[in-house]
Amino acid sequence: MQQILFFFIRNKNFLLFSVLFLIAFALTIQSNSYHTTRYTSSANFLSGTVYNIKSNALNYIGLQNENTKLLNENLHLRRELEVFKSYAGFTKKDSNDLAVKYDFITAIVINNSYSKTKNLLTIKKGLKDGVKIDMGVITSNGVVGIINNVSENYATVQSLLNTKSQINARLKNSNHFGSLKWNTKATNIVQLIDVNRMAPLKVGDTIITDGKSTIFPEGLPIGTIKTYELGENDNYNIDIQLFNDMTSLKYVYLITNNHAREIKELEKEGEDEQ
Amino acid sequence: MNNSAILTNILRFIALVLLQVLLLNHINFLGYVNPYLYLLFIISFPLDGNRSLLIFLSFLLGLSVDFFADSGGVHAAASVFIAYLRSPILKFSFGVSYEYNMIKINKAPLIERLTYISLMVLLHHLILFTLEVFSLSHTLLILKSTLFSGIFSILLIFCTLLLFSRKT
Repeated sequence: MQQILFFFIRNKNFLLFSVLFLIAFALTIQSNSYHTTRYTSSANFLSGTVYNIKSNALNYIGLQNENTKLLNENLHLRRELEVFKSYAGFTKKDSNDLAVKYDFITAIVINNSYSKTKNLLTIKKGLKDGVKIDMGVITSNGVVGIINNVSENYATVQSLLNTKSQINARLKNSNHFGSLKWNTKATNIVQLIDVNRMAPLKVGDTIITDGKSTIFPEGLPIGTIKTYELGENDNYNIDIQLFNDMTSLKYVYLITNNHAREIKELEKEGEDEQ
Repeated sequence: MNNSAILTNILRFIALVLLQVLLLNHINFLGYVNPYLYLLFIISFPLDGNRSLLIFLSFLLGLSVDFFADSGGVHAAASVFIAYLRSPILKFSFGVSYEYNMIKINKAPLIERLTYISLMVLLHHLILFTLEVFSLSHTLLILKSTLFSGIFSILLIFCTLLLFSRKT
């Protein structure tokens, strides 16, 4: 007994080190898996508050740019509204139209990372405001990422610039699709992989979201084709120049799909039957 | 450690974490190079201080940075690692004078000081980036980040030590 005790006392530093290192390692592994509750996340009370103070303090710098962006977006929306107004007289109200399919929430980015391989953003909207995991995040310029963790007042967004992200996207001109990945090389370029070799590609073509997932509505802009090449399995791998400047994000919109649950349930039933 | 040393270290802990997460984590020089100044806490922890305490505090230090950087436990793991290896590294860098408790980091010869800081920083960064990238297919990225961020951190830590050294 005494021997064991002595052993522990003599090696107490090594034991302490091993235990703490294992805890840290476990936290790392856990943070690498999607969709688990994360304990060390900037969506907690302490770091959320600190980031919020910082964001408030620095809000005035860059206000000029944000105003121009908002102004441009207002202009764009106003034009679209005019188009719809001209149709409004002809359409009949259908009971299906009463429930709007997509709803939006605005949020402010209070922390943004883009220099790591798994980048996350922190936003100041949480459970309290109706934010849920798996909601899409966009700006007026295009797609930003997907909510991956929510707390009472804050939430984190898994950005496009994250090696874990995989978002469906397609060409605007044709229906050929692929999945959007990031190879960590540059903050303004992502990769669209596994695009069918029959797809007609041209440098400068626009890439938009695919309506197949329940996260993003169809047709949101992502970027333009920069270069493309045929990959190993005879599919195109495309480099895409993003519309969004991922290094300067301030105001974002979250998208809720009101039909998501219905669609998911239906798909699940289908799977169960097989 | 007397009371004033305890207070100094607590203040240093808080100041370094805030400086790191609010300012230094967002420098992103050349896209990915950031200095990790918070290591200064581990490097300049009193040499006669309790080793178990240092290991535990380093874990807390790393974990606080992780909280802000959304990085799981990578900073905590790397910090605990170098806190545990501090004694051997001190012995290696300062030689026999460390064993007799005679050195002051600020008064040691330049080369010995630089060896100590570089070893601590590079080991820390290697663990940090290996865990952060978490894939062996990006070995080049790990080494590149370690080297560039390492140089940046070493310079900054060295200058900070010079700046705050007391000339007594």
